[in-house]
Parts: sequence; structure tokens; C-alpha cells
Amino acid sequence: MEAVVFVFSLLDCCALIFLSVYFIITLSDLECDYINARSCCSKLNKWVIPELIGHTIVAVLMLISLHWFIFLLNLPVATWNIYRFIMVPSGNMGVFDPTEIHNRGQLKSHMKEAMIKLGFHLLCFFMYLYSMILALIND
Amino acid sequence: IARIPPMFGGAATSGAVAPTDPSLAPHQQNGPAQSQMQVPSGYGLHHQNYIASSGHYSQGPGKMTSLPLDSQCDDYYSGLYAVPTQNVMPPSTANQQAGAQQIYGRGPPAPHLVGSTPGSFQGAASSASHLHTSASQPYSSFVNHYSSPATYSANSSIASQGFPSTCGHYATSAVSNAAYPSVSYPSLPAGDPYGQMFTSPNAPTVRPVKDHPFSGQNTAIGHPLPLPPPPSQQHHQQQSLSGYNTSSWSPSGLPVSATNPTSTDSSSSAVPPNVHLPKSSPVVSTAVSGAPSSRMPPTAHHPVEPVTSVTQPSDLLQQKGMQYGEYVNNQASSAPTPLSSASDDEEEEEEDEEAGVDSSSTTSSASPMPNSYEALEGGSYPDVLSSSASSPAPDPAPEPDPAPVPAPATPQPSKMAKPFGYGYPALQPGYQNATTPLHSGVQPSGSVYSGFQQCPQQYPGVSQLSSSLGGLSLQSSPQPESLRPVNLTQERNILPTAPVWAPVPNLNLDLKKLNCSPDSFRCTLTNIPQTQALLNKAKLPLGLLLHPFRDLTQLPVITSNTIVRCRSCRTYINPFVSFIDQRRWKCNLCYRVNDVPEEFMYNPLTRSYGEPHKRPEVQNSTVEFIASSDYMLRPPQPAVYLFVLDVSHNAVEAGYLTILCQSLLENLDKLPGDSRTRIGFVTFDSTIHFYNLQEGLSQPQMLIVSDIDDVFLPTPDSLLVNLYESKELIRDLLNALPNMFTNTRETHSALGPALQAAFKLMSPTGGRVSVFQTQLPSLGAGLLQSREDPNQRSSTKVVQHLGPATDFYKKLALDCSGQQTAVDLFLLSSQYSDLASLACMSKYSAGCIYYYPSFHCIHNPSQAEKLQKDLKRYLTRKIGFEAVMRIRCTKGLSMHTFHGNFFVRSTDLLSLANINPDAGFAVQLSIEESLTDTSLVCFQTALLYTSSKGERRIRVHTLCLPVVSSLADVYAGVDVQAAICLLANMAVDRSVSSSLSDARDALVNAVVDSLSAYGSTISNFQHSALIAPNSLKLFPLYVLALLKQKAFRTGTSTRLDDRVYAMCQIKSQPLVHLMKMIHPNLYRIDRLTDEGAIHVNDRVVPQPPLQKLSAEKLTREGAFLMDCGSVFYIWIGKGCENNFIEDVLGCPNFASIPQKMTHLPELDTLSSERTRSFITWLRDSRPLSPVLHVVKDESPAKTEFFQHLIEDRTEAAFSYYEFLLHIQQQICK
Repeated sequence: MEAVVFVFSLLDCCALIFLSVYFIITLSDLECDYINARSCCSKLNKWVIPELIGHTIVAVLMLISLHWFIFLLNLPVATWNIYRFIMVPSGNMGVFDPTEIHNRGQLKSHMKEAMIKLGFHLLCFFMYLYSMILALIND
Repeated sequence: IARIPPMFGGAATSGAVAPTDPSLAPHQQNGPAQSQMQVPSGYGLHHQNYIASSGHYSQGPGKMTSLPLDSQCDDYYSGLYAVPTQNVMPPSTANQQAGAQQIYGRGPPAPHLVGSTPGSFQGAASSASHLHTSASQPYSSFVNHYSSPATYSANSSIASQGFPSTCGHYATSAVSNAAYPSVSYPSLPAGDPYGQMFTSPNAPTVRPVKDHPFSGQNTAIGHPLPLPPPPSQQHHQQQSLSGYNTSSWSPSGLPVSATNPTSTDSSSSAVPPNVHLPKSSPVVSTAVSGAPSSRMPPTAHHPVEPVTSVTQPSDLLQQKGMQYGEYVNNQASSAPTPLSSASDDEEEEEEDEEAGVDSSSTTSSASPMPNSYEALEGGSYPDVLSSSASSPAPDPAPEPDPAPVPAPATPQPSKMAKPFGYGYPALQPGYQNATTPLHSGVQPSGSVYSGFQQCPQQYPGVSQLSSSLGGLSLQSSPQPESLRPVNLTQERNILPTAPVWAPVPNLNLDLKKLNCSPDSFRCTLTNIPQTQALLNKAKLPLGLLLHPFRDLTQLPVITSNTIVRCRSCRTYINPFVSFIDQRRWKCNLCYRVNDVPEEFMYNPLTRSYGEPHKRPEVQNSTVEFIASSDYMLRPPQPAVYLFVLDVSHNAVEAGYLTILCQSLLENLDKLPGDSRTRIGFVTFDSTIHFYNLQEGLSQPQMLIVSDIDDVFLPTPDSLLVNLYESKELIRDLLNALPNMFTNTRETHSALGPALQAAFKLMSPTGGRVSVFQTQLPSLGAGLLQSREDPNQRSSTKVVQHLGPATDFYKKLALDCSGQQTAVDLFLLSSQYSDLASLACMSKYSAGCIYYYPSFHCIHNPSQAEKLQKDLKRYLTRKIGFEAVMRIRCTKGLSMHTFHGNFFVRSTDLLSLANINPDAGFAVQLSIEESLTDTSLVCFQTALLYTSSKGERRIRVHTLCLPVVSSLADVYAGVDVQAAICLLANMAVDRSVSSSLSDARDALVNAVVDSLSAYGSTISNFQHSALIAPNSLKLFPLYVLALLKQKAFRTGTSTRLDDRVYAMCQIKSQPLVHLMKMIHPNLYRIDRLTDEGAIHVNDRVVPQPPLQKLSAEKLTREGAFLMDCGSVFYIWIGKGCENNFIEDVLGCPNFASIPQKMTHLPELDTLSSERTRSFITWLRDSRPLSPVLHVVKDESPAKTEFFQHLIEDRTEAAFSYYEFLLHIQQQICK
């Protein structure tokens, strides 16, 4: 059972890593002026909810399977994702707003955030991998 | 794609193009001017072809969508500033229309030019809309359009209800149109055709607006061939060409075009018999008989050709004493000398390539060649030291200027006339017109030029002097005026009596003279700190304030095949570049060394060779280039205007339609545009009404679409019509509109769907949508709820709902912006209308916002008058379409936040669907790399736009500022007005994103931080006193004014819409107007004298001193004028002398002054004349004519007046002195 949990988490984590990389690539495209703000934001906003769901599922799974440490590790990031999603002003077009992304260094902070998430997911990836192998051996 | 740019220079091009259009033939007989006129004649040709190509445009989406450019906004985004290879239109599209063919005349291979002769074009391309074809054609296309299963058959509700009846209606109308005489609708009484309008609201209905017998009109209009130009045309063009560099845009709109249609009407053929319109007024029927052919003949346009519109009589120029005195003389001797395109034949292809487009993907490596830089330093420049030594002297007297001060008649000081230094000299700059003799025409222009000759070479020399040039000079001279410490708490009269002018950057004399006018381009710090650390220490905001498209009286326009730009950063050549030798110049932004193209070596003004630094591009920091086809992604769009009008009960009650239609009727001929100009109308209440104005119809047809959930265009081709071809129908409609909805009971407003329809209508071409709205949108997409709680209006705590409630309007604005459409909002509401949400439609589409609270055409005459005046300006002012603005700055600086109405497309590129002369912008800057190795930084804005005449133009402003290394110098160069405006912009952002109280705190902190930072720099710092440098002495006053401004005030009852509107204005107004809004000017006007008066156009304008905004200055015996920018108040004290009241107001005594007085009578007394001339002078200085209110001391309206007295204490806010004490307290903490 435990192995199944970690296999699933591992797959989920892989998806999140890919998503983070995708965010970084798209944002840096915008930075380099290869795409315009409008299409960049609509691309990214599409993936905000999947990312949020994907990450929340892992966190909940860890809570259910009573892996406290991993759950607590995931909690801040999951909370941040949800907070960011909820706090979008009613007039904005999503977490990424094309009219504001070039203002007040928002692009840079988004970039930083995506980088941190990538690091975090990589860390989680290896942790799940280790736990999975451990669980498989124990089985 | 193959491109053959070089082979069509001069004669080659005109030779190749000639067969395509007979009208070009006269040009070729032009002898000496032939090759030189190549580019302009291309435009002239283009111009005539607009008539033909308008057919293409009116063909609407069907054709336009086939262009790859329009299919996706992404494409357009990336392409507008695309790499050169993307620039060339595919031959197939180029072949589709004459416009493209002409514009890309130099681009596509020759066969295409030959292939698209007029015959083939007219035969193949635009038969449908080409006027003489039968009226049934559009309808059949309409039917086709709607019966296509892909689009609408899916929607069963429409298909079942709408379609059969639609087709039926159209069938009948088509038939009746085919038989012209039987077009009357006997069942409908002509006088009241709208009585039954709503009987079948579910089906699109077609109704005639008016019965209108009709005969032979199509022959009058369907004249497909462009008329050959009369001989006068060439003359015009030559004149305009020869005058181009000294030219100026006349701000009074297009008077020529206004007079021409009537005068040239006789040239059009086949006048239909005079038609008596049953409903129209006598005035209109005479207009109809006078101008029966609604199409404007081409001749009418020649006087208003683009180049001509910027010419200025040379004698006027001489009076102005501009530096072109010599050029003017040259032109006088050889009048038809054209300008810069004389060497077309020798043009090399590499330059053509270079003239390309902005592209971030330019791969050429920037190699700032340090060697050549060093090598230059070896040269000796004897003038450098002397000039740099004299430059920093903050001498207010004009004596160091070689030229006598040529003050213009307008209050804006010209960029050459800067006699003032750091201080605020008693001698009022710009006011000396009266005293300056007219000898400036014979000024020693030679000396100016000798100065210019050295100027570019001085630059490296100056930079060699050490980066702390400003610092050295400041130390050597006694402390400059701007650094004189001022004890704020003890200085009672802090406000100077003369208006505050922008400080002049501390540059050497030549650069100072060349620098950009502060009216267009200002920086908050005229001495740029060397590092971000220094900037942080100074605690001052760093940013730019721009007014790029302002009406200019003097603007050099450059027609050149090669627009010289830096190869790596694409900076346009400007006065601050350095010429390394005759053949190379060094970019002042990225320091790359570029070649001087061959064409640039020739100076067409002096007709000399080998003096690139005398070219107008290098002599003026504000220039306008006429761009080549490299700067176009598609043919320049025509001017397209769409009016979207609220006709719900509320709107009819307010009665704005009468004013709007009247203004439009008056200004229809003055709308900026060429013969392709198109116009359309959409009205809406709970349904959307379109108006078919296709010429050929006997009267406008109203088409009602009631399906607001899925809006469609009933006849996409005939809703936006050519202004000149359908002028009669448009006039009919405008006459009928105000009375059409008088009995409506519809209270709902479906603004969102109407906007969607407008977007669909505009997306093929782009243009301007003017939305008139009078209430909260209550139906369909984008409906809004009332969010304002009236009890919270005077709350001191939280002000909510400053941001939009929905993203609908933002999305729509971005869609519009992608299709080059701007949405201008006129909100005329009496109750809350959620401007915060509605404003988004203009904010992000580069539109403008006008708000008329409690508008009613009878009950509120002052608002009605304001609307009328604003509309006049709005309709006739200059306009630029499909514009982009890029701001560049010297390496090391970077821009991070932009303020204004636009969409930031990429890091430094602002997408402006429209640009108007009243739009201002602000940019925040940060210093990313240390600027230690340079002594000057430059900023350049380039605004690329399509003029209303269909020309692609680039307006370039360049500003040069010194870099300093000491904190004292940073303070010495503060431009306090610019800083306040930037802070206001930042505070608006803060209050929307965070909260109003945060923004207010930030404003107070800005003063506290900067003054305490300054206090720590001066050695003899007394903690008891509040010390500010002279340059910052007004800072606390202005911040207090901001805190009491409608946008940021708390405690005083402020309606949410008023507050939001004030915020919108802060974001989009240019600095001059914004300053008056923040800190009004107060004058005492009951004792005007001629002392210090100035003369403007033979009028004596008295110059009363500024009074501080405090009730202590108001005396009961006086009368005071307050200039708040968009409104004037005249306050009459109770004890005001009866003489004044009688002489100026025309009333016998104080008691008899009416409560609502908005005009001063024209009385023949000296004091009346003085007062009126002063007010007129103030009015003339701004684009939107302010409304005048005469406020009696005891009237209830006086609170309006008193709330602007910002130095006084109110129950909710500090007085100025208290505010100072508060700041002092904060500093000491």
C-alpha cells in the first residue's frame, strides 16, 4: 500500500517538476520578448489550478497515509499556492495578469517563485524515490 | 521571401509605379524635383489611391481575415516590431489591394507592381463595395455570410427566429433599393418611423429612418478612377516639401479641410436634384443641396496632405527666431528644394536593411569599442573647457545664450528659449514676446551652427572631464540656488509668485540648447545619481514624465529613405551621439560605433556634403520621421471612428444625445482623416441597434439585434461606412438620433454586448471606439452591481472597491488593443456607475476617460457646456493609430513600472492602439549598473504611429541628463513637480493594489524620508528646524495638496466614482495639467494692472502674482480666480467693489449676481477686457477648455471652491503648518 502511495506521489511530483520547468521557460520567453504578455499569461493561468490540485493531492495523501514529516514539508507550499489563487483581485485575469506582469518587478518575483518551486519539487522527488524504494524493499 | 529593396530608388520607383496610376504622370514632368520627390510622391500616389482602396476596407472581415496579419493578435504583436525579413508582405497579399501595392512599392518584386494595374484591381478586388454596383450586392453577401453553417446554424434559437425574418427583410429592402423611385415605405409615416420599432424585438428589424427620394446618386458617387490631380497639387507638395524642416503642426485642427468640401463640390459630377427631407431642418436641407455628393473629391485633400499640415510660413518662423533662420533663407532663395531624399539614386541597399524594425532578436553583437573612445580623448577641444566652465553657472539672465530669447506666443516655453537657470528668476521666461524685438530672424545663426559643429565632438571631451562634472562645478561656484537651505517652518510664503518652471539640467550650453523640451520629457531628477545606492540614500523617486504626442508649434519632419539607427540597440540618431569621424558615429545609449550611411552625409538643408552633424536629426532632440514600409506590418489603416451610444431611458433623460449629435454635425468635416475615413454608429439599451449607412441607400436603416448573449453583426460591410461617400446619410442619422428614442421605456443597459459588437466591427481595421454610457451596465456580459456604500463616502478608514469588479472590461480592452482599437469612455451618469470597472476598457486599450458627474443637459448647464467643449476638442484633435512607443535609456538604467493608459507588450514596448495629444505617461527607473564610467545619460522615446492621413510616422524625443556622484548634487537637481506627479502615479497603484491609507502613508513617508536624508547631509543640521533644499521646498506643500486631492483624501465626503476618476486622471494626464489638478493656481483679479503684462496676438494679458491657497489671502473686498486645470472658479467677496462687479460681471451689485454664472459678459470696460484676456490666455494654454464658475461668497457652491484651499485646515486634514510640524515630528522620531 505504501509503495502505491509513493509511486503515485513520484508521478505527481514528476508532473509538477515539468510544470515548474514550463513556467520558467515561458516566463523567460516573456523576459526575452519572444512571446507577448497576453499569450504568456493565458498559457500560465491555465496551469495554475492543475498545479494547485496536483500539489494539494500529494499533501492530503501524505496526511492520510500519516507521513507527518513529508506532509509538513508540503504544507507551506500548498498553502502558498492556495493563498495566491484566492487572493487574486476580482479584476485580474488570474494569478498572472498581462497588464501587470511587467510592472513592479512582478516578472522577476514570478520567476523566483517558479525557481524555488522547482527546487522544492526536485527535493521531494528524491525523497519520494527513496521512500518508494524503501517501501518496495519492505514489502 | 525575396525582396529587392535597392533597385527602386528615385526614378526607378516612379518609373515602375507610373503605369499603375495615371495620376502620377504629372509628377514625372516635374523636372528638377523628380527624383527628389520620390518618397513623398509615393505618398501622394498612395493618397489618391485611398479612394480606390477604401473599397477594400469596406469589404470588411471577409477579406481582411485572409491577411495573415489579422488572423491572430499574436502575430501582430510579434510582427509590428519584427525583424526585417518578416516585414515583407507575401506577394499574394500585397496584390490584394492597391494600398499595399503602393506602400510596398519598393518591397515586392516588380511583376507584382506590373500585375496590379488599376483595371485589375478594380475589377477583381473590390467590385462589391465599389459604389456603382447594385445595392443588392451587400445583402447577398450578408445572406451568404449567415447561411454558412459553421457560424450560426449551431445556434438554433437564432436560426429559428432570426434568420428567416432577416432574410426576408433584406430581400425586400434589396428589392426596393434596386428600384430607386419606389423606395418609400408608405406604411411608415416619415415623421415618426420609430413608433413601432419594438414591436418585434426578437427579430432583427430593418426600418428606414427617413423617407428619401433618390435619384441618380450612384452615378455621382461611383466614379472609380481617381481623378488626376489638378496642377496645383504638385505645387502644394513642393511647397510642403521645401518647408518641411521648419514646419510646425498647426494646433487649430484642420481648418483647410473644413473649408474645402464645399468649395470643391462643384467638381463632382451628376448632382442629384435637391431633395426635400420631410424631417430635417432647413439648415440640413441646404447643406444637402450644397453638398449633394457625399464623396469628397480627391482635390479636396491636397491642402491637407500630411506634409503640408506641418508647414509653417517662413516669416512666422523667423519671428520665432529658431535656429533654422539660415535654412529659411535658403528655402526662400530656392523654394522647391526638397529635403533629404535627394540622393535616392545613390542609396545603398545595406541602409535599407538597417532602416528595419525594432527587434529584440537582433543578433548583431554590441561591441562598444573602447579604443576609439580612448583615441578621441587625445584630441584637443579648446572650446570644451570654456563652455563647460560657463555651463554650470546658474545664471538666470539670458546673456550666455547666443540667440536672443525668442519667446513664443504660447505659454509653453520653446525648447530653445530657456533663459532661466536653476532659480526662478524675476524675468519670466516665455513672457518676453512683447519686449523681444523681431530681429531674431537676422540673428547670427552662424554662431549657432559653429556651436553645433563642435557639439557632437565635445561630448567625448566632456565625458573625459571626469564623471563628476556637476560636482566640480558646483563646488567651484558658490552654492547654487537650488541647494540653498530653506527653513520650511519659518518661511511663510513658500510659493513663488510666478509659475514654477522645470529646472534645467546642468549640462554645457550646447547640450542644454539641444535638449528636449521639458514639456514633452521630464525626469524627476535632472542630475542622475551614479549608483542605485546613492539613489536609495537620496530617498527620491527616479522616473520620467512623458507627453510624447503633444501639440507642437515647431516640429522638424524628416523624409528620408534611411532612418539612421544604432545597429545594436536600435536607437535613433540624436543630438547627443558623437561623431568619431566623418564616417562613424557612436551610439549614446549602448556605445556601439556605427557607420554613417551615405545618404546621411548629404545635408539637404544646406545642400552640402560631408556634414552629417548638421542634419536636422542631429540638430533637434524632437524630430519626426516619415517611416518607410519597413515600419509597417500592414498598409496604414484608415481613420475609423465608431460611436457606441447609450439610448436607454436614463440616457435620453440626461439628453446628451442632442449635444453629441450637434457636435458631430458641426465637426464632421474636421474629423482627422483622409478620404478613406470611416464612421459608424451603434446604439444600445437592452438590445443593440446598428445603423446601415451604406451609400446608395435612401435613408439610414436601423437593424436591431436582440440576442445579446451572442452578438452578431447583421451586415458587417455596411455598418462602418466611408465618411465622404455616406455623408448625407450620416447627417440624416445624426439629425434623427436625438429624437428617435424620446419615448423609450427601456431602462436596462447592455453595455458589454454592445462593446463586443463594437470590437467585432472594428477588428478588421482598428480605430477608435467612443462609448457614451450613463448608468451601470445591467444586462448581458460585463454587467455590474452597485458596490458603493454612500455611508462610507467620508470614512477615514477603508475605501473599498477602487479596483475593477470583473475582468470582462480588461479582457475586452486587451482584445481591442490587439486589434489596434482604442475605447474611449464618456461616462455621463447621475448615480454610481462603477467607473473603477468601466475604466478598464480605456485603460488597457490606450483610450481616454471623460466623466461628467450628475450630467443633465438642462439642469446642469455647466456640465453640458463642458461636454460640448470637450467633444469639440476630442473630435478634432490630432490622432495617431496603431501606435507603439518604445522608451530606451542608457545602458545601466532600466525601466520597471509604467503609468498611463496602454498595454505593456514587452519590457519596454507600450502598445497604444490610439495616441492622442492629451495623453501623458510616466515611467519608473532603477539603476541596475553603476554609471561611473559615463557623465551623461540619455533617454529616448520613439512613438511609431499612423497619422490620420495614413502615413507611418515616428516621433522621437531624446533627453540628455548629467550623472552626479554626490548626494548634494542629486538634491540640487530635483524637479519637484515631476517627482510629485510620479509619486501620485505610484500612490494610485498602491491604493488599488493595497489600500488608500497605505498610499497616503507612503506619500507622507516620501516627504519624511527625503527631508531627513537631506538633513543628514548638511553639516550644520539643527534638529529643531525643518530644512529643505530650495529645489525641494515645495515638496511638502505638494504632497499635502495630493493628500487633499479627491483621489487620496479621506474624511471629506467623496463619491467613489469621483475618486476613481481623479485616479484615472492622475494616471493619464500630462504633467502640466496634472500639476494644476493637484495644486491649483490662485490669482487676485479685481485689481489687474498692466504691470508686467505680456502681449499675445495684440492682446495685453495681465500677469497677476500667484497667491497661496489659503483663505488668509482671500479678502472680502476682492475677487479671485482659481485655475484648477479643468475648471475655473471666480470667487467674489461680499465686500467686493461694485465697480468691479459692474464692469466685469455686468451686474449692478453683489446681491444681483446670479447663482449659476458660467460666462463673463463682454463689456467694453478696461477691467472687463483685462479679466477676459487673462482668462482667455489661461484657457488657450490647455487643450480642454475649462468651465468657469462664478462663486459668490455666500452661495452653497463655495465649498467647491474652498476645498481647493489646501493650505488651510479642514476638519479631517492638516493645515500646511501642521503638516510641516507633523513631518518634523516624524523626522525626529
